[in-house]
Amino acid sequence: MTSELLGVLSIYALAIALAIPFGKYIARVYSGERTWLDPIFNPLERLFFKLSGIDPTLEMNWKHHLSALLGINLLWFFLAMFVLMNQGWLPWNPDGNPSMSPHLAFNTAVSFLVNCNLQHYSGESGMSYLGQIFCLMFLQFVTAGTGIAAAAAVFNAMRERSATHFGNFYNYFLKSCTRILLPVAFMGALVLAFSGTPMTFEGKDSMITMQGDTVQVSRGPVAAFVAIKQAGTNGGGYYGVNSAHPLENPDYLTNAVENILILLIPIAMVFALGFYLNRRKLSWMVFGVMTLGFLLLSLPSIYSEMQPAPIAQQLGIDGSAGNMEGKETRLGTAASALWGISTTATSNGSVNSMHDSHTPLSGAMQMLDMMINSLYGGVGVGFLNFYIFIILAVFISGLMVGRTPEFLGKKVEAREMKIALIIALLHPFIILVGTALSAFIFYKNPNIGWLNNPGSHGFSEMLYEFTSAAANNGSGFEGLGDNTPWWNIATGVVLLLGRYLPIIGPVAIAGILAHKKYIPESAGTLKTDTGTFGLMVFAVIFLVAALAFFPALSLGPLAEYFN
Amino acid sequence: MKRSNISTSLFQPDIIKTALKASFVKLSPAVMFRNPVMFLVYMGMFVMLGVCIWIAMGETSQGSLAYNCLVLAILFFTVLFANFAEAIAEARGKAQADSLRKTREDTPAKKISGMEDGVLAIHQTVTSSSLKQGDIFVCEAGDIIPADGEIIKGLATIDESAITGESAPVIREAGGDKSSVTGGTKVLSDRIYVQVTTKPGESFLDKMIALVEGASRQKTPNEIALTILLAGFTLVFIIVCITLQPFALYAGANIPIAAYISLFVCLIPTTIGALLSAIGIAGMDRALRANVIAKSGKAVETAGDIDTLLLDKTGTITIGNRKATHFYPAPGMDLVKMTTAAVLGSQADDTPEGKSIIELAQGQDLTNFKNLSNLTDGARFVKFTAETRSSGVDLPSGIRIRKGAYDAIKAQVEKAGNPFPNEVTEVVKKISANGGTPLVVIENEQVMGTVELQDIIKTGISERFERLRKMGVKTVMVTGDNPLTAKFIAEKAGVDDYIAEAKPEDKMNYIKAEQHSGKLVAMMGDGTNDAPALAQADVGVAMNSGTAAAKEAGNMVDLDNDPTKLIEVVEIGKQLLMTRGTLTTFSIANDVAKYFAIVPALFITSIPALNALNIMHLHSPESAILSAIIFNAVIIPMLIPLALKGVKYRPIGASALLQRNLLVYGLGGVAVPFVGIKLIDLVVSLVF
Repeated sequence: MTSELLGVLSIYALAIALAIPFGKYIARVYSGERTWLDPIFNPLERLFFKLSGIDPTLEMNWKHHLSALLGINLLWFFLAMFVLMNQGWLPWNPDGNPSMSPHLAFNTAVSFLVNCNLQHYSGESGMSYLGQIFCLMFLQFVTAGTGIAAAAAVFNAMRERSATHFGNFYNYFLKSCTRILLPVAFMGALVLAFSGTPMTFEGKDSMITMQGDTVQVSRGPVAAFVAIKQAGTNGGGYYGVNSAHPLENPDYLTNAVENILILLIPIAMVFALGFYLNRRKLSWMVFGVMTLGFLLLSLPSIYSEMQPAPIAQQLGIDGSAGNMEGKETRLGTAASALWGISTTATSNGSVNSMHDSHTPLSGAMQMLDMMINSLYGGVGVGFLNFYIFIILAVFISGLMVGRTPEFLGKKVEAREMKIALIIALLHPFIILVGTALSAFIFYKNPNIGWLNNPGSHGFSEMLYEFTSAAANNGSGFEGLGDNTPWWNIATGVVLLLGRYLPIIGPVAIAGILAHKKYIPESAGTLKTDTGTFGLMVFAVIFLVAALAFFPALSLGPLAEYFN
Repeated sequence: MKRSNISTSLFQPDIIKTALKASFVKLSPAVMFRNPVMFLVYMGMFVMLGVCIWIAMGETSQGSLAYNCLVLAILFFTVLFANFAEAIAEARGKAQADSLRKTREDTPAKKISGMEDGVLAIHQTVTSSSLKQGDIFVCEAGDIIPADGEIIKGLATIDESAITGESAPVIREAGGDKSSVTGGTKVLSDRIYVQVTTKPGESFLDKMIALVEGASRQKTPNEIALTILLAGFTLVFIIVCITLQPFALYAGANIPIAAYISLFVCLIPTTIGALLSAIGIAGMDRALRANVIAKSGKAVETAGDIDTLLLDKTGTITIGNRKATHFYPAPGMDLVKMTTAAVLGSQADDTPEGKSIIELAQGQDLTNFKNLSNLTDGARFVKFTAETRSSGVDLPSGIRIRKGAYDAIKAQVEKAGNPFPNEVTEVVKKISANGGTPLVVIENEQVMGTVELQDIIKTGISERFERLRKMGVKTVMVTGDNPLTAKFIAEKAGVDDYIAEAKPEDKMNYIKAEQHSGKLVAMMGDGTNDAPALAQADVGVAMNSGTAAAKEAGNMVDLDNDPTKLIEVVEIGKQLLMTRGTLTTFSIANDVAKYFAIVPALFITSIPALNALNIMHLHSPESAILSAIIFNAVIIPMLIPLALKGVKYRPIGASALLQRNLLVYGLGGVAVPFVGIKLIDLVVSLVF
């Protein structure tokens, strides 16, 4: 019990301890200052830019940033579609896995493109090595890089001056991949490979089990894949059962490393903001709000998972290890609960236990995590989501102190409010409408076969699926039979909306604000780097989430919990 | 001095009567449509009307007729209360404006209809309402000035108490900065010819009344952004309520229409939606009560954002004019002799400074005043000019007395070949360093001594500047004094910065420089040469006594001509924003309790476990829903006084203020409805 708690505490503390210096490093990267990786990557980056004919010093306005971002994403989409639909005959397919059907390829391409990694296939039997590496792993790098680059552009736009152009998207993007993701993923992969995670191109291996049967064990470049899966808040596993698989997550140490990787860059981005703008206090405000939310969600979850499950007790099963249903014995309940909250908080979506089998309270916390989607959040995009809440909080609190609202010296006016509200509204809209349509379809045709357990838990499964898709998370309540045309199409649409609009909105707001006149601070200015303002942001976040999702949550996990 | 022509009580019977009538008139869909949040409640009301008729015709699935009719009635009152809030704000503003307008109702006007021998002479009596822009009328002692205008000829003392409440008469004369007269004021002496400057119905007051009445009230930028925020919250709740229907089908719950409508009405921000326009009107009204006519709601709002305040030294920071405080005779010179010279030199000096020299001498009894008139008989008085920068008198006895600025007098002395004593120079420097103004007195180009003039800083002014500093407003003193004097007074009064030896273009440049660095600047002015700066400033307050050009250029007119009024205007602007912000927070925070009241009520039959969410232990689903919407309705009239008076501004720093308001209106907004709904439920549960 105590050692389990100490375990999760040290995982979390270590993640934060590593994130602070790493945030400083990220800030140096975007400021264009010298870093120790310059000798390796400077020539490489120059080569990239020379080959592509891109001038990385060309400053862009917010529209240029967004068109570069969307254009390059579209390119990747076609690349991914091609590889997934043709991997069967393309080289590097030692296991002889087939090409994907068009609709499965579409689903997979979209879900990896939006950094969500909802998987409707099983990696062992559905992907070639070429597909795993040059399609999926490639997307895991570049989509994470896209999110970080968008955040970097917003960081630049937040500086104390009035400008229309701020940074070059391609420059930020390439640096995000080479200077931030690559080193972290490399280190992570090393630890995993040395802990027993496969890293090979030799195809399946056979082994003799304790019963004496010979089984085929799927291998591949797993260590590399898993490292970027976690570091880039992607979450798509090499194997079907993700990090619950003993080869993807062999022991407690790898579990700790992977959990730290999940949290590292999202937290580091918050500190990077403070170092980049030279506003450390602002970073601490953002970090404080996110951490408060994270603790409020993870503590009840850890507590409730460590309690014996009531159903187990009724059946006379020893519950002293906690609610072990759907969990790995080598990891335990506390580490599984912390992972559950970490992966939903950061829009990662990798799992090391079955969320469907967590207690209703944990399920509610995980959903709330994704409904807020900015308690650390996905790499780069987590901060962008938080930025929207800051804008809303700035506006309301500005009025409360009798001054036209301003954020970092820029007035927040009607146009920015409009964009911020659209983005804030989008999340509940796609989640609630998707769930409502599904609930209605199920009501009309209860034999449709999606739900193994109707009632409140079935409702939770549907709600979780749409919440996960909207938050670009990718985890699921796996009791839901989601490989049907309705779920594939509906979640596909939600994925696209939930990814690109929340990037477009904050970049546009930051661009519009950057263009405005800079107003120096005075005694009447509401400081945004104080605890009081943090409390305000916290209130806005929880009020928006609570008010929009309260009825849905009360019909799902809360009803289940009170039963 | 403030007028008290309107009782400070918020709810006067006649105003309430007018407002009640207006709140029914405002039920017209065309009017309701302007307020999106309340319009949705209004539509909900009609849906409930349909439901009631449906039940009356025999439908049984929607609950009892009495319950549904009650919901309908509560929604009706919600809408009515919202209308009442706006109507009472309008009625109060109008009553205030009317009392000002009364002063200018039809008065006879002696209109000049022609010229005779090149002189404006012939006049005929017409009514003031027939006066057009450009018409000229004449006013003599005892006449009420029929319209706003500018004096083109003559000088008169005028009683402006009808407008300003100040009983002391003021002098207005053609040319210069005090040429403007206001309709409704009374000429006490002399005769003036006045040209009408405004078209009928377009005076500042008329504009203000139109703003208050809402006809031309445009939404201010902050109001627009807030409306967007409220629309956003409303949209969220539309989504929540619509998706609840499939959720309910899935959960096997039958939710009556009344429950949906009630949930929706409770969740959308009706409290702030109902009070929003009342808050805006009340802001203008508060400005009017401070005797400031704002030309737009935006001007009042901008005032709350002001970073820099330009204040004229004279009249604002110091009392009127400088006063003589000391006589310093030159070395070897007799004090009495020197004083006599100073007094003689000031005999014809009408300036307050000149008079104060005589007063000081009288007080000290240093001169034999009886002999003075003999001496000055047949004397030639020399007026002050900008070139000589001195004034004085040439006595018949041949004695020439001059007094003036140090360097001007020194030049005269040295030109005559006389020495200028070093001791006097020392005294002059000492006086300057102490913020005083030295006047050197000479007799026949011989230095007699120095008179010290001192500015008297208004009592309490430094506390006001301290208050402004805490608000984050930087104060800048504008003065014609030399930098040394200006610095001394600036320090003594506690202003943050000063512009010494200011010319009109200096003010303009200062404003531009501040604005360039992103600050909002407010200033007050009266003269025509202030007009460009008034127009440039973000908030320009023109004095009512100022020229028409100044009044046209500014975006507010102060009827009291009180330069410290700017401070009040800033607070009014801040109050306006704060009232909106805090009531928005309160309105949204209320939703938490309403959810806990209504959501269990909706699903209690299909999912009994959700009764655990009924933490208020409300009696029944019907009583829970009724209590929630009753609370939602009655909170509107309960908050009307706050909306009209405004949330009190405290200059305690933005963070502390946010903390305070978050505690009172945020936490209070969460807690109050829990108590309120429970109490209402205790009553409602007797029936349902």
